[in-house]
Amino acid sequence: MRKSRNWTVSSLLLPTDFKGYRMSDATHEEVHDHKPGFVARWLFSTNHKDIGTLYLIGGFLGGLVGAVLSWAMRLELAEPGLDIFASEQLFNVFITAHGLVMVFFFVMPVIIAGFGNWFVPLMIGAPDMAFPRMNNISFWLWFFALILIVLSLFVPGASGSNGFGGGWTAYPPLSSTAGHPGPSMDLAIFSLHLAGISSILGAINFITTILNMRAPGMNLHKMPLFAWSILVTAFLLLLSLPVLAGAITMLLTDRQFGTTFFDPSGGGDPVMFQHLFWFFGHPEVYIMILPAFGIISHVVSTFSRKPIFGYLGMAYAMIAIGFVGFIVWAHHMYTVGMPVDMKAYFVAATMVIAVPTGIKIFSWLATMWGGSLTFETPMLWALGLIFLFTVGGVTGVLLANAGMDIAVHDTYYVVAHFHYTLSLGAVFGIFAGFYYWFGKMTGYKYNEFLGKAHFWVTFVGVNVTFFPQHFLGLNAMPRRIPDYNDAYAYWNMVSSAGTALTVFGALLFVLVLVDAFVRKRKAEANPWGEGANTLEWTVSSPPPFHTFEKLPRVK
Amino acid sequence: MSDHAVEHDYHIVNPSPWPLVGAVSAFVLTFGGVAYMAGLFGIPEGSPYLMILGFVGVLITMYGWWADVIREGKQGDHTPVVELGMRYGMVLFIMSEVMFFVAWFWMFFEGAMFIEIRGAGVWPPEGIETFNPWHLPLANTMVLLLSGTTVTWAHHALIEGKRKDAKIGLLLTVLLGMAFTTLQAIEYAEAGFSFSGNLYGATFFMATGFHGAHVIIGTIFLAVCLFRLMAGAFTPKHHFGFEAAAWYWHFVDVVWLFLFVFVYVVYAG
Ligand code: HEM
Ligand SMILES: [Cu+2]
Repeated sequence: MRKSRNWTVSSLLLPTDFKGYRMSDATHEEVHDHKPGFVARWLFSTNHKDIGTLYLIGGFLGGLVGAVLSWAMRLELAEPGLDIFASEQLFNVFITAHGLVMVFFFVMPVIIAGFGNWFVPLMIGAPDMAFPRMNNISFWLWFFALILIVLSLFVPGASGSNGFGGGWTAYPPLSSTAGHPGPSMDLAIFSLHLAGISSILGAINFITTILNMRAPGMNLHKMPLFAWSILVTAFLLLLSLPVLAGAITMLLTDRQFGTTFFDPSGGGDPVMFQHLFWFFGHPEVYIMILPAFGIISHVVSTFSRKPIFGYLGMAYAMIAIGFVGFIVWAHHMYTVGMPVDMKAYFVAATMVIAVPTGIKIFSWLATMWGGSLTFETPMLWALGLIFLFTVGGVTGVLLANAGMDIAVHDTYYVVAHFHYTLSLGAVFGIFAGFYYWFGKMTGYKYNEFLGKAHFWVTFVGVNVTFFPQHFLGLNAMPRRIPDYNDAYAYWNMVSSAGTALTVFGALLFVLVLVDAFVRKRKAEANPWGEGANTLEWTVSSPPPFHTFEKLPRVK
Repeated sequence: MSDHAVEHDYHIVNPSPWPLVGAVSAFVLTFGGVAYMAGLFGIPEGSPYLMILGFVGVLITMYGWWADVIREGKQGDHTPVVELGMRYGMVLFIMSEVMFFVAWFWMFFEGAMFIEIRGAGVWPPEGIETFNPWHLPLANTMVLLLSGTTVTWAHHALIEGKRKDAKIGLLLTVLLGMAFTTLQAIEYAEAGFSFSGNLYGATFFMATGFHGAHVIIGTIFLAVCLFRLMAGAFTPKHHFGFEAAAWYWHFVDVVWLFLFVFVYVVYAG
């Protein structure tokens, strides 16, 4: 039976002797000894590690695009006045693209899809993902979503200019035909549709893999915390993204088919878009940070040479964060004129999240307590995350208070808050994971000195960039503007200087990569010693094309 | 699972062109869609060709991909653990679909319950003539509920090896699905309001329209199962394709009950 050659449409499209695709006709012996040819391996991939690699490469390129956009913005903001941008609208297009690219085309693909694909199956002892082919369409849909968003920059948006400049939140009427009549916004909407489908399929894949394919003996209460973090994240994606899809579909019909969902002239309500958006948007911020939590739990435990403190509490704290994350969305909307008791509810619910978050922070600290600590590069990034995320969490609790938030909403204070949680929290988690697993993924060692230099320069750079933004915000400097009152000049200059340092940090990162790939120092299977005791350290570096053909058994 | 070094029952899928073909088609479809709606890169507004091309690509992908899945199933790749994975997958997919409908219902309730508080008129808005729920909508409710029983009949017959009964049950389900779509089309043609220009029409057509699209997809899904059944597929133990279709059909059914209760009865004035 196994070797039957039933006719399918695909046999029309590909020659029968085509190596990669018709491998099912070969014996399994052959299948497992040979990697498929180049096209089959990288374009038609069904291998979780290869797809993870594709996501990591694509995601880091996306991150580069997002970073370059932000450097241009900081250059403009270094001094008052419109200096380098041709128009204020162009600046708006840049911040919008920066936000969308960083969220959907850097952090999500790298931390969920990249590391998740690589390490969830390895950590739970599964030979691959549950739906390997669906895994690949997730990647390609994401890739074409990226193409659509890039194309959107070059077609008419607001009248007389190209690109969409209404912010990553895309509130109508800025995103309606009133604000942006051109097709740019429509392309952006479809880009989010494709990215959303990609993420939903990915979420289904991760949840099924984790629930169905854990190695014998690994019950959920023994599962590594990174896998836990991806499990919770995947549920957040699964349940929040369809609501965003609904919101932007209604936006599309408002734009193109004359409906009035968000248009008051036909009885519609623009505030409803904000509700639908943030019902997705708040879970989304946890979608970005939970995997980072998962990664650094392993890093902190590894370099403390102790098991993580309060393992079960850590897992259930993530579930709690995920659950409460669904019922706090309107803390982004305190200024829309909601009733006071509704505000009271959202204030209280939001502050509740600080409890499980605190459990996590204190458990990391307790893990380190009494451990034999060493400070290799991944550990530095993890410690950086703990410090920076705590700063962002503290300002978050402050913003949770409606009375306070109304004063600082849409100011640089909010910008500082979400950069401490995101571009410092999630991104430091990405780098912690990157250095932790670099040897495992590539088989090469990175240079510790360069890695540490990369960390310190970036750490100082981002703090100099973002800390002063708290002062600017408290002094009411609005966000999303290219020009500002002279009174804000000083801290803006400091902030831009910090960005210059961060650019230098990014160059160091490139140097780390070049050094590692040129010198080709062989990485051993487990470079980190006894503290690194999850299953990915039991396979070689890099792992064979197919891992765990004989399932590991967990005691 | 014989003669090889692999000691597990999971399905290691071979490289496949369908994901890439499907994603390219989705790209052509969406890009072509924008070109059709708004004109793009010199393609005049109203030109549907790219969009159609993309859609055809999506259809070809679905055909080829699922044909491969069926072939793999015949080869014995769908071991019990793999099949369990597919069950998880389908349940999760339906969960995400539920959240998709949450968006339309939320928008509808916002209009129905808060339009007066917002000072934007009354619900249903003046001049909008809503449907009498006890005519076509009630008939449609009966049709869908009945189809829910026929699909269950088919399922039980299949499990008990009564293939003829299974075929009849499934055929009836498909016919009822088509009847629903027909009645819904008649209702749409008689509507006293339109999709554009007012919130009532927008929420009504969006919610019932997406439901209708799901009915059509579900009907096709069931029809494919019927053809496969007639071609000899499915065994009493092994018929996940059919079960997935049945689950999907029940989901569509339940969504309709919510639509009927809230859109047609409670908030129809
Ligand atoms: C301790 C937990 C947190 C609390 C209490 C909190 C609270 C808040 C509040 C109240 C706002 C709205 C501020 C305003 O717009 O006026 C906000 C904005 C934001 N937060 Fe958080 N937050 C927390 C954690 C996070 C995390 C973990 C992330 C991402 C990793 C994040 C990312 C964001 C973003 C992106 C925005 C701004 C969205 C925008 O308006 O463009 N937050 N946060
Ligand atoms: Cu939030």
